[in-house]
Amino acid sequence: MSIAQESGPPKVSPIYDPKVRSIAYQVILCAVIVFLAYSAVRNAADNLARAKIASGFGFWNQTAGFDISQTLIEYTAQAGTYGRAFWVGLLNTLLVAAIGIVLATVVGFLVGIARLSKNFLLSKLSAGYVELIRNVPLLLQLLFWYNAVLKALPDLRDSWTLPGSIFLNNRGFFAPSPVFQPGMEFVGGAFVVGVIGAVGYRNWARKKQERTGAQSPVALVALGLIIGLPVIAFFLAGMPATLEFPEKGRFNIRGGMEILPELVALVIGLTFYTGAFIAEVVRAGIMAVSRGQTEAAGALGLRTGQTLKLVVIPQAMRVIIPPLTSQYLNLTKNSTLAVFVGYPDLVQIFTGTVLNQTGQAVEVVMITMAVYLTISLVTSTVMNWYNSRIALVER
Amino acid sequence: MAVATQDGMNVPGTSYVRATPVEAKPAPGATTGVVGWVRANLLSSPSNIVLTIISILLVIWIVPPLIEFMLTHAVWNGADREACLPTAERPEVGACWPFVKDRFAYFIYGSYPIPERWRVDVFFAMLAVGIFWLLWLEAPRRDLGALYFFVVVPVFSYVLLNGMDTIGLRRVDTSLWGGVLVTMVVSWVGIVCSLPVGILLALGRRSTMPAVKLFSVIFIEFVRGVPLITVLFMASVMLPLFVPDAYSPDKLLRALIGIAMFASAYMAEVVRAGLQAIPKGQYEGAMAVGLGYWQMMYLIVLPQALKITIPNIVNTYIGLFKDTTLVVIVGIFDFLRTVEVSRIDPKWAAPTTSATGYAFAAMFYFICCYGMSRYAKSVEARLAKSDHR
Repeated sequence: MSIAQESGPPKVSPIYDPKVRSIAYQVILCAVIVFLAYSAVRNAADNLARAKIASGFGFWNQTAGFDISQTLIEYTAQAGTYGRAFWVGLLNTLLVAAIGIVLATVVGFLVGIARLSKNFLLSKLSAGYVELIRNVPLLLQLLFWYNAVLKALPDLRDSWTLPGSIFLNNRGFFAPSPVFQPGMEFVGGAFVVGVIGAVGYRNWARKKQERTGAQSPVALVALGLIIGLPVIAFFLAGMPATLEFPEKGRFNIRGGMEILPELVALVIGLTFYTGAFIAEVVRAGIMAVSRGQTEAAGALGLRTGQTLKLVVIPQAMRVIIPPLTSQYLNLTKNSTLAVFVGYPDLVQIFTGTVLNQTGQAVEVVMITMAVYLTISLVTSTVMNWYNSRIALVER
Repeated sequence: MAVATQDGMNVPGTSYVRATPVEAKPAPGATTGVVGWVRANLLSSPSNIVLTIISILLVIWIVPPLIEFMLTHAVWNGADREACLPTAERPEVGACWPFVKDRFAYFIYGSYPIPERWRVDVFFAMLAVGIFWLLWLEAPRRDLGALYFFVVVPVFSYVLLNGMDTIGLRRVDTSLWGGVLVTMVVSWVGIVCSLPVGILLALGRRSTMPAVKLFSVIFIEFVRGVPLITVLFMASVMLPLFVPDAYSPDKLLRALIGIAMFASAYMAEVVRAGLQAIPKGQYEGAMAVGLGYWQMMYLIVLPQALKITIPNIVNTYIGLFKDTTLVVIVGIFDFLRTVEVSRIDPKWAAPTTSATGYAFAAMFYFICCYGMSRYAKSVEARLAKSDHR
């Protein structure tokens, strides 16, 4: 009898039952959140009604009435709507992010490898660059590039002229722009065909190597396909593109392509800043490959280049990819600092001008956040997929 | 040698063996000393020589102009812009240091009323004591230090900086705060709020309760997925809508709320990494001796997890410290903003004023951030050493 009593579960009050407790905690948490959300919505409705601001997305199709200094799609102050301004801003953000990511990757890989160099001077120089850039706020660097470097360039009349009608002055960079005539679509088509052909050839060459061990000149053929085909198409179609050169007048520069100094400052700042972080990522990735791997590759008779290409880099990439992705996302998020140098990105146009003009704070901020959240989620999904593809397959 | 007989004759069948010693090779070039070092590190191969030459050119391109700007061509004394303008006998003007000297108090205190500035000094001193107490790992009673840093200093400095009429401290509106003061207040409030909230969020994310976990994950991923500027915009333009008109927070408070939210999400991920590094046996052991959840966390898990997280916490703090520069977007005069408005002041407008201001700001941020990152590195090295008994 006494044994049965001891082995049975002791009677405890339900207050001490972990299950009951956990449900109670969760109910309380949900109640608090619902209450906060409810009172926030009610207050917002009150405040908006008092300020006579209509909520909703009706402003999307209203005429914006402000000019934007750089538009990748057609936009005019008279005809453009707030919705159109949103797309202009988004494209400008994507443009600066894309350029920044490419350049920062180049800088980052160069500096990261240089920091591991046996050359004392080179590795110390790279280390100095990384430490200096990483420990100074990005905003300060952007302001420096914009106000102290680009604004200090000579004014229009004394523009620096580089060969090929490229002008540099404090109003921006002016370069020849290509003008396309009908027939250019063939060149574009040839480029697409070239890329597809190059990928196909690479796959065929890999299969052949696995089967027979014979190697094929993949890089040369791919280069020929991707560059050669469009060039041939260009001449066959009768050279359907010309260059329009900028002409320097007395007060302005007409024609050609104008690159805003704001864009240049932003790209330089983001490139150097993110490049320093990527350099650290690359260095950590390469150092994560053990020395034995290099020695074993040498023992097998691989040359230095082959060792790098076939042994070290594939393994280092596994370590590099995840943090590299977050650096790319950081760069995209940091491109919002455009607002401080006046480059018309999404935040400057939408969260700045549109919000000021319409007063639709909740909608505008929510849309902006949704855009960046989407970019973050899409990028990390793609990168996770890529990462799982190259990840080490273990037992 | 063994195969050669005493009279020098080779044993038949071993003609491939050398009978006489090889002539000694010349001694290798210096492998020690300066020459050896240069040979090994700078000139070991043709490509290495090329890299060395490029590096030397880079150094020549960067360093002498920098020294000229900062020191040899710099202006050290003067009362206004006249001193820093290029003249006929001095066409090249370097940094305009009297500008920094003149504006120094503004950079530190912003527009804080001059007779009340001792309060800011006291705040800096209290903060320095707290930071030193917490960061010096051998300091006595670090638990008291934490209490001091996270409870005493916040309450005391709020009264001190904001003022309280009943004890005779004049009220100072936050719109007058500025400079290093605001940078310190914002980053310090960020760390004081983000550490506890971040720990709670990290625990929530690892919790078995689905509602708690979901809420933590949504908050962390949402905040980490958007740029700080949009969080600040949210705090600045949306927050006033969400509270009754009478309680509308002032500008500085809005920025502080935005920064605290942002920092908490990042801190949560740092702490979570620390929690994950604690072996499961620690949790199981704690439960086996009958500790409840909070006792287990407070006594067993968090002390270990936070200890190994210190370097990452400091690194997060460095990021936060740099990010405080973004609060200008909501109209607050942090240190960088005071430099920015000073450099376009007509009294000091000269060709090199902007560069001087930025150089000074860069030195300030660099010294703070580099110091912190060295500290994080040293703690990391210590922890790594203590792992191997």
